[in-house]
Amino acid sequence: MVIERRWKKWFYFYIPLAVFIVFTLFPFYWMGVTAFRPDPELYRSWRAANATPFWTLDPTIEHFQGLLASTEFLQWLWNTMLIATVSTLISLICGMFAGYALARLRFRGSEFLGTAIFITYLVPQTLLFIPLADIIRNMHLGNTPWALMLTYPTFLIPFCTWLLMGYFKTIPRELEECARIDGATRFGAMVRIIFPVAVPGILSAGIFAFTLSWNEFIYALVFLSSVDQKTVPVGVVSELIRGDTFFWGQLMAGALLGSVPVALAYSFFVEYYVAGLTGSVKG
Amino acid sequence: MAEVVLTGINKWYDGHVHAVKDVNLHAQDREFMVFVGPSGCGKTTTLRMIAGLEEISSGEIRIGERVVNDLPPMDRDIAMVFQNYALYPHKSVYANMAFGLQMRKFAKDEIEKRVQAAAEILGIQSLLERKPRQLSGGQRQRVALGRAIVRHPQLFLFDEPLSNLDAKLRVQMRVELKRLHERLETTAIYVTHDQVEAMTLGDRVVVMKDGVVQQVGEPMELYSRPANRFVAGFIGSPAMNFAEVTIVASGGGLWAETAGIRIKVPPARTDGLRPLTGKRATLGMRPEALRLANGADPAEYVFDATVDVVEPLGSEILLNMTAGTNALVARVDPAVIVKMHDRVRLTLDPARLHFFDHTTEAAI
Repeated sequence: MVIERRWKKWFYFYIPLAVFIVFTLFPFYWMGVTAFRPDPELYRSWRAANATPFWTLDPTIEHFQGLLASTEFLQWLWNTMLIATVSTLISLICGMFAGYALARLRFRGSEFLGTAIFITYLVPQTLLFIPLADIIRNMHLGNTPWALMLTYPTFLIPFCTWLLMGYFKTIPRELEECARIDGATRFGAMVRIIFPVAVPGILSAGIFAFTLSWNEFIYALVFLSSVDQKTVPVGVVSELIRGDTFFWGQLMAGALLGSVPVALAYSFFVEYYVAGLTGSVKG
Repeated sequence: MAEVVLTGINKWYDGHVHAVKDVNLHAQDREFMVFVGPSGCGKTTTLRMIAGLEEISSGEIRIGERVVNDLPPMDRDIAMVFQNYALYPHKSVYANMAFGLQMRKFAKDEIEKRVQAAAEILGIQSLLERKPRQLSGGQRQRVALGRAIVRHPQLFLFDEPLSNLDAKLRVQMRVELKRLHERLETTAIYVTHDQVEAMTLGDRVVVMKDGVVQQVGEPMELYSRPANRFVAGFIGSPAMNFAEVTIVASGGGLWAETAGIRIKVPPARTDGLRPLTGKRATLGMRPEALRLANGADPAEYVFDATVDVVEPLGSEILLNMTAGTNALVARVDPAVIVKMHDRVRLTLDPARLHFFDHTTEAAI
């Protein structure tokens, strides 16, 4: 009986979980191994007698040195950080107010507005960048960080608004009604009571928005042209793939360094992040 | 310290749901007034209009000297306790209680003094540093009360504050609330769907149904002189027994007749019921007005019934019976020995009979 149950737990839980973990983490492992693998090993045939495709016997940091020496990687990192932070802040602030209004205020056309915001989120970026490129050119923002700081919110604001609207709806109405009786205006109740209570939701919206803008590729590729303005995803791909030559070691080193800030952000806020997605406020 | 006057209050939702219909009420200074009624009767909406959380469609609300129709909740000088307590989850108990005073720019030492005083009244001094989620239901309830009383408002509003507590705690908090009201001497309006709560707490009780005030009165007045059939059935547990009877003139007196029951209309009531001779009316009998008959009881108030279910409650026994086609409940002395399916003779106290008009349901 007990043995059967243990067997079942292995079969239905541990083995599928292990498969899933290997499946999701293997690309990251591959990235890591490749970043530290010396070039001779990288270009060795799989059928060679001394091939070790899944690990390296001779780790090296030459790709990292090469990356920092031959490209403007640190500049890209800074650009990406700046752009992701500013566009996340803009989107969060707009999303908090819009989400609150859609969740709480009853005004004519509020449902239509909610749906309309959602629909803008569904417009593919690959279509939206065409008119946006025109706007960017007319406003002379091309090849500046503002080109991305102001265009990322076009998909981040709808996203933040919807996520936060859902979160605000889970907060009992009585909390702010009580605050309003206690002496706060509606705005005061929102800022002093609802926003602090919604911190898990706001943080997870922020992390999502930050990750989306950190990884964004198309707008960054289209709106930025000079090397020193580029973001990590675009810079790595455009500078380290020359013609048909792939600098695999440096590419993977860049990818590894580029994913560190996002990984750090997630690990710091993971508790809030889970609470934000499951959306529960315990009074 | 304030009276509350509602004049011709109406509430329409979206132009077609008439939730509150022409409510006129006057709560005296220091009175404990209870709104009671089934869910959807408009009691909570009325309370929320007094609080300023719902707009008034028409009419006027006055608290003390001021008409408050257009004042935001913060300027009405009221405090409200909600059913789910509505404690701020990110603030400590102390900060929860201090919030209203901070918003009103009280000095720090005054806030400290008032919070400590309220905590002492409610016995929650040891909890001040905790967060709401670390408290039990009863403790949260006390904090919610404390948050209301630190402000010394003109008026307390309670929206079913006890309904999330378990039965035992509810009874205990009910007594404490009453004691608290005696001590604070502040006008209070209390909403509940529980008629026992309404009767035990209220100086006066407002019974509402379908957005209309059915009757306003002191608890015993509602019990002994209900204005209509709804109030009669709502107040009292177990509920009043009703029987559809026909009023018949016979032998110089009036009789109320239905299948299985034929009783004389008490002489004091004949004048009121004579116009209904030959017509239908509703007879109301409280379970405690019924008892088993003995040989000495006058025959005109005696009828037979069959016992269906016996519910011994210890201090009393509830007998569920059938007389003709009428289901009846009687509350009798625990010394009475009856079994299911027994045939019993019942009599009633003629002074405690109620008659209601068959169509308007108003008391006669």
